[in-house]
Amino acid sequence: MILTNIEEVPGTTIVEHYGLVTGSTVRAKHVGRDIMASLKNIVGGELKGYTELLEDAREQARDRMIAQAKELGANAVINVRFDTSSVAQGASELYVYGTAVRVEQEK
Amino acid sequence: MDIYIDPAINIGIPLLIIVIALITGTTIEKRHYRSIHKREKELLTLPVLNCKQYPVDRQVERVQFVSGSVVISIDYFKRFLAGLRQIFGGEVRSYVSLVDRGRREATLRMKEKCSDADLIVNFRIKTSSISKGRKKKIGSIEVFAYGTAIRYSKTA
Repeated sequence: MILTNIEEVPGTTIVEHYGLVTGSTVRAKHVGRDIMASLKNIVGGELKGYTELLEDAREQARDRMIAQAKELGANAVINVRFDTSSVAQGASELYVYGTAVRVEQEK
Repeated sequence: MDIYIDPAINIGIPLLIIVIALITGTTIEKRHYRSIHKREKELLTLPVLNCKQYPVDRQVERVQFVSGSVVISIDYFKRFLAGLRQIFGGEVRSYVSLVDRGRREATLRMKEKCSDADLIVNFRIKTSSISKGRKKKIGSIEVFAYGTAIRYSKTA
């Protein structure tokens, strides 16, 4: 599965459009990470726990979108966009969407 | 007796935390900037464009969606300075270096994932504050950088 955030896949031609595909996940931080993060907050620097958490969540959302695209018979998703919103205190939703297409190598 | 000790503890402990934060925070930031400068030099050959056009005169070998992200926070001392700044107004330098570090780190992580690519097009960067501490002050930010990496085939 090829993902791009431009309107095409370089080096290929789009032969079929399948419409919008989306993937989302809502994640909450857990207490252990929260304690570590609040300690790290004193000295500053990267909060690795949170970085991993958000990476994992984005990957999951992306995987869900890819699964949906595969079901439709697509082999690429173009114009991928990300959106984040907090749904509740301490929980946030990660949303990813794009257009599923089938592309063919240019001769 | 406790009444005489309490004020000392009340001022002493936050002061101690601020001093510790000042020392460690400055060290961490300096080390981070050193690493950023070093890695930026190494990846200077990979151009990042924020437009959608790309050279079409060569054959494309591989296209890849790349992203990098980082959650970064500032130390208590800088937060304290930023709090003081809110009285007088003006540029809050301690936050400037925070977002600068975050953005550069996220961009570098994105580039490191595709160091064999020829260029990255449609580069976008998103910044959001993920945790707000007491008094709704920004404690840490998340930076997410993404783009489409293109690798041209070397034969031809």
